[in-house]
Amino acid sequence: MKPFELLKAESIDAALKSANATNSYISGGTNLVDLMKKQIDQPDGLIDLSHTLSNNIENTNNGVYLGAMTTNTAIAEHKTIKKDFPLISKAILAGASPQIRNMATAGGNLLQRTRCPYFYDTVMPCNKRKPNSGCGALNGHQRMAAIIGYSNSCVAVHPSDFCIALIALDADVDIVTQNGLQKTIAFQEFHRLPENNPVKDNNLPANAIITGIIIPNNKFGDSVSYVKIRERDSYAFALVSVAAALEIKNGKIKEARLASGGVAHKPWRWHQAENFLKDKEATQENFIKTADLIASHTKPLQHNTFKVSLLKGAIETALMECLTNSKRS
Amino acid sequence: MNQNKTQNKYSRRFFIKASSAFTTLAFVPNSIKAFYQDIKETYFTKKVTLPLSININKKTYNLNVDSRTTLLDLLRENLNLTGTKKGCDHGQCGACTIHVDGERALSCLSFAAMMQGKEITTIEGLANGDNLHPMQQAFLDHDGYQCGYCTPGQIMSAVACVNEGHANSTDEIKEFMSGNICRCGAYNGITNAIKSVAK
Repeated sequence: MKPFELLKAESIDAALKSANATNSYISGGTNLVDLMKKQIDQPDGLIDLSHTLSNNIENTNNGVYLGAMTTNTAIAEHKTIKKDFPLISKAILAGASPQIRNMATAGGNLLQRTRCPYFYDTVMPCNKRKPNSGCGALNGHQRMAAIIGYSNSCVAVHPSDFCIALIALDADVDIVTQNGLQKTIAFQEFHRLPENNPVKDNNLPANAIITGIIIPNNKFGDSVSYVKIRERDSYAFALVSVAAALEIKNGKIKEARLASGGVAHKPWRWHQAENFLKDKEATQENFIKTADLIASHTKPLQHNTFKVSLLKGAIETALMECLTNSKRS
Repeated sequence: MNQNKTQNKYSRRFFIKASSAFTTLAFVPNSIKAFYQDIKETYFTKKVTLPLSININKKTYNLNVDSRTTLLDLLRENLNLTGTKKGCDHGQCGACTIHVDGERALSCLSFAAMMQGKEITTIEGLANGDNLHPMQQAFLDHDGYQCGYCTPGQIMSAVACVNEGHANSTDEIKEFMSGNICRCGAYNGITNAIKSVAK
């Protein structure tokens, strides 16, 4: 690892002032430390944000606010989250291990890099790690690769579970830019597709800091589900995952939310499928039709067509689970 | 002949020459030394050393650490607390699990210099003198290991698992212990040990 300076930022202003292209912010460090060990990321300096950013979870008039420094465990185990936003809790607990969830933060979760094996193997080509070196996964090992929204320069997927729940619940991200301007970015606009510039994972301006996440109230109650399919039962990244939420009134679906992880460069919302479900009866037949509709939109690569079958199953299972959970409550 | 054998292979003349050469070197002006340092630094980034005050197993240490040192390396290489094990060194196996302010964490993914003022507990700090922690005894009683390499991490994780209230069923224990890998496959013994303590 390259030697680096470590600056403990006393305030957000101080952190913003010290930020530049050759140093990097650090909070939980569960991804960045590993990237530094593997010499994928080699900053000259680290700016420690752990004493600066809020780790509070606050109820607001129209939702809940998560400070960027809140750990995954703190969010997943929080009373309000478990009661009013069970999808968030389910998604977080489906990811990583208890140790990592104790360290990893809300803000850092949004900024974690892909787990594409070609990104991590420095002898392999990877446009995300080294621009214009090529994409090893495009004609290579594709189990972890995308089935929608990819480009010829990058077929990597976003690895987060938490983000899939956040996009399903229409969250917002609070940021502060380097010149001190506070802004709110809709979660759906936060991450980006690779296009010709896979180096950039998201639309966060250079050196800006995520300060918090806002999740608006919803009427889904317990009628939510997070289904994650992976290589083993626990502690593995998703091959495909589905976050589903249904608002059901008199057997009819008033509103549906469907999002997936493991399928694209960013957390993916299935808007057309949501529209299809609107005003339909909440029946298995309609859920199967929804899964078929979603499958018809995917464009799997040569070696990952199996992911489409997994996804269809996961969509149907997640929607059925929403139905069961809604009847239970 | 005998006299020759005991003679030193360095002659008196060589000794005088060498000592005067070293003495001259000591008087090389600082400007030249600094120039050498500058050249060195253009090729190698200078290491950064930071002060650190940290409490490990109820003992306070005041140290200077290289910014690159992970908490795991600090424990093992600098403080000789080798109970905490290095497995993968990438946060995938859990062998390096320790407690930071009472919560389980991975020491391999923590920079020591960011642990200022934290209270760390390692496997060495679990027993009370010669009395083993109930979880350590339970691992012995239930054969919760074979080779033992993952065991310190397993035990630290298991203690936290019970404290967190996540040891209510076999399935729950398995889910909340999934961050600790055992290549020997002593999982049944580990689960039974945790169950016996959680009761």
